[in-house]
Amino acid sequence: MSKPLVATASLAGCFGCHMSLLDIDERILKLVELVDIGKSPVTDIKTFTQQYAVGIIEGGCCNSENVHNLQEFRKNCDILISLGECAIMGGLPAMRNGIPIEECLNEAYLEGPTVHLNTEKIFPNDDELPMLLDRVYPAHEIVKIDYFLPGCPPRADLIWDALVALLTGKELELPYEVVKYD
Amino acid sequence: MSALIQNILIKVGQKKDRLLDILLSVQEAESFVSDENIKIIAGSLQLSEIDVRQCMSFYHFFSTKPSRHRIFLNDSVMANLMGGQKVKEAFEKVLNCKQGEINADGIGFYTTACIGMSDQEPAAMIDGVIFPSLTPERVRFVVEGINQGKSLSDLYYLPLGDGRNGGAALNTMVNSNIRKTGLLLDDYYKSGSALTIAIEKSELEVIGIVKTSGLRGRGGAGFPTGMKWEFCRSSEGAEKYIICNADEGEPGTFKDRVILTEKIEMLLEGMTIAAYAIGAREGIIYLRHEYQYMRQHIENALAVARTKKMLGNNILGKDGFDFDIRIQFGAGAYVCGEESSLIESMEGKRGEPRFKPPFPVQKGYHNKPTSVNNVETFCKVCRIIERGGEWYRRYGTKQSVGTKLLSISGDCPRPGVYEIEWGMTLYQMLEMVGATNTQAIQVGGPSGSLIGKTGFDRKICYSDISTGGSMMIFDQSRDLIKDVVLNFLEFFIDESCGSCLSCRACTQQIRNKLEKMIHGKGVSTDIEDLKKWAKFTLVSRCGLGQSAANPISTSIANFPHLYQAMVQKEKDYDTCFDLASAVADSCKVVNRVPNF
Repeated sequence: MSKPLVATASLAGCFGCHMSLLDIDERILKLVELVDIGKSPVTDIKTFTQQYAVGIIEGGCCNSENVHNLQEFRKNCDILISLGECAIMGGLPAMRNGIPIEECLNEAYLEGPTVHLNTEKIFPNDDELPMLLDRVYPAHEIVKIDYFLPGCPPRADLIWDALVALLTGKELELPYEVVKYD
Repeated sequence: MSALIQNILIKVGQKKDRLLDILLSVQEAESFVSDENIKIIAGSLQLSEIDVRQCMSFYHFFSTKPSRHRIFLNDSVMANLMGGQKVKEAFEKVLNCKQGEINADGIGFYTTACIGMSDQEPAAMIDGVIFPSLTPERVRFVVEGINQGKSLSDLYYLPLGDGRNGGAALNTMVNSNIRKTGLLLDDYYKSGSALTIAIEKSELEVIGIVKTSGLRGRGGAGFPTGMKWEFCRSSEGAEKYIICNADEGEPGTFKDRVILTEKIEMLLEGMTIAAYAIGAREGIIYLRHEYQYMRQHIENALAVARTKKMLGNNILGKDGFDFDIRIQFGAGAYVCGEESSLIESMEGKRGEPRFKPPFPVQKGYHNKPTSVNNVETFCKVCRIIERGGEWYRRYGTKQSVGTKLLSISGDCPRPGVYEIEWGMTLYQMLEMVGATNTQAIQVGGPSGSLIGKTGFDRKICYSDISTGGSMMIFDQSRDLIKDVVLNFLEFFIDESCGSCLSCRACTQQIRNKLEKMIHGKGVSTDIEDLKKWAKFTLVSRCGLGQSAANPISTSIANFPHLYQAMVQKEKDYDTCFDLASAVADSCKVVNRVPNF
């Protein structure tokens, strides 16, 4: 029997959750015994060629490309997991929520203290660029998400335990300190 | 310092705890509170400017912009049921401005929560004067009259109201609409009769009679009155306070309005008896801002009581029994009906509920033992002292003793105040008011329950369906979800003080989800989510927060088919996300055509 296929993506995130995934250290060898990692920044495979068992999403959606990417994941994965604060709640990128988009763009491209080279005062608007959304959306406000693993980033053990639980069908233990941070 | 503020400070006192009165007085004189006056007030009370501003922003009726007139139109469920939307449109058209704006002639137009006129909606307050039973034609008539410079009393389109409403002190179009009288509203009460009896007894005997009667608080919570007084009496401290809760903010309730209008002497006498029983020297009526048209009427009654020696020093010749009452106006906040919020508000602060314990009977107003009772409760006390506790027990049921004033409104031919004995079923009530084709009754206002036909045999009493008196009737033509539940949720969102996340945020999430369902995007898990989230509000600090999701939980329980009808059969998940509208703003800013 072939191993279950796992895909991962980092949308509007910082790759910290992927780093945490790598923090499972030597267990990564055991992981590849359990699953095949397909489309993922880790493998640099860019397209879905078959149905996947699990998709792991880091980051929320801040632009149209994130949305397309996430919708692709939903279509091609049986189970989708929101990994980390940004995917679950929007995280730091969502701090722009509530500020009009024009103000954000002005600050980033025209008036910010570190803007020196944009002498022509233009906003990037090439058709090839993703379009910004009105706010940053958590993943489940775009598509259905089956599981949520909290943390910023979620600790490596939690990711490991969750994947093992999912693959073996055992119940995942979620001790208090894993879901409560303050 | 301006002469205006100086005079106000002299009149109400240069004290922090009178901030609300100071602000209200400034606003009354100038129609708003200017930035400059905020600075002066803050300086003279040794508060920071932001202290004053945060207090003002808590209440609906403060304004920082000048206007010649201010119109507050009720947008409660009942107002909308009776054609409020058309009236609102008429106002916006003749004023040529939207709700929340001040028009070119300096007339501000705002909507507000229930103003206690559910039996004569749609109603508006214009500079404090009540204009009930509005129609688009009447709106045009009134606004045109204002523009011509006529005085508001010249713009009455109805005869003066029934009972004492037509008297010189009230001079209002409001009707009392008393439909059924009982031991409180009957005419045979004689002013002074109860107090005379009370002061011949010992304080403990008076409390004993109230305890024997089994009287429970008539505001809604139903705490035994005698016990509350006993606690307050035995709490340490020489200084004690009696407060009458006349905030009557629960949408759909208006029975206290009627008592204040028709039985004000009885209320004052009840408060005086309470003062005697617990040993208070000062009483305060916390009157909702919406009832400011009653100020002169109540002041007159207070003056009469003072000349009759029923207030003041050595009341009715009883040595050392000194007690007087003043009016404290609220400034528009539903949560101030909760007793600890009410006390905070009376101390000139934002009306945020306190943590309990300590309870107000231990540490209330100025941290002194305070008994807060409802208007109706005080009146009941008069009758009980007059006729005895045993007599009172003959009315009602064994557990729910006596009578209850109901404020009945909505789809029935005879809305108004009914004094019933506890134990009446909802069926009997519908028959009494002549309601037919009834789909649902909202019992106890938004914080109560929405009850359907299967519950109409339930009894109005503390052990079955308890109520502060609000009864809203909806017939089969009404859309309960859109017209009732959604409106109630908006109400709680507006009125949340914001302290607890559970009440501040959860109500918004619930509203958003319900709107999604109303727009045809519902899925079956949405109903489950709503049920779960409704439970979350129960962890809030006060009664408002704890009941903020009641419209949802009781309507899901009693009208599940209405929710099922909003569920899409073919989808199990729908986020309503629309990429085109989500990118529209940013594409416009960077000047590009969206491409998908």
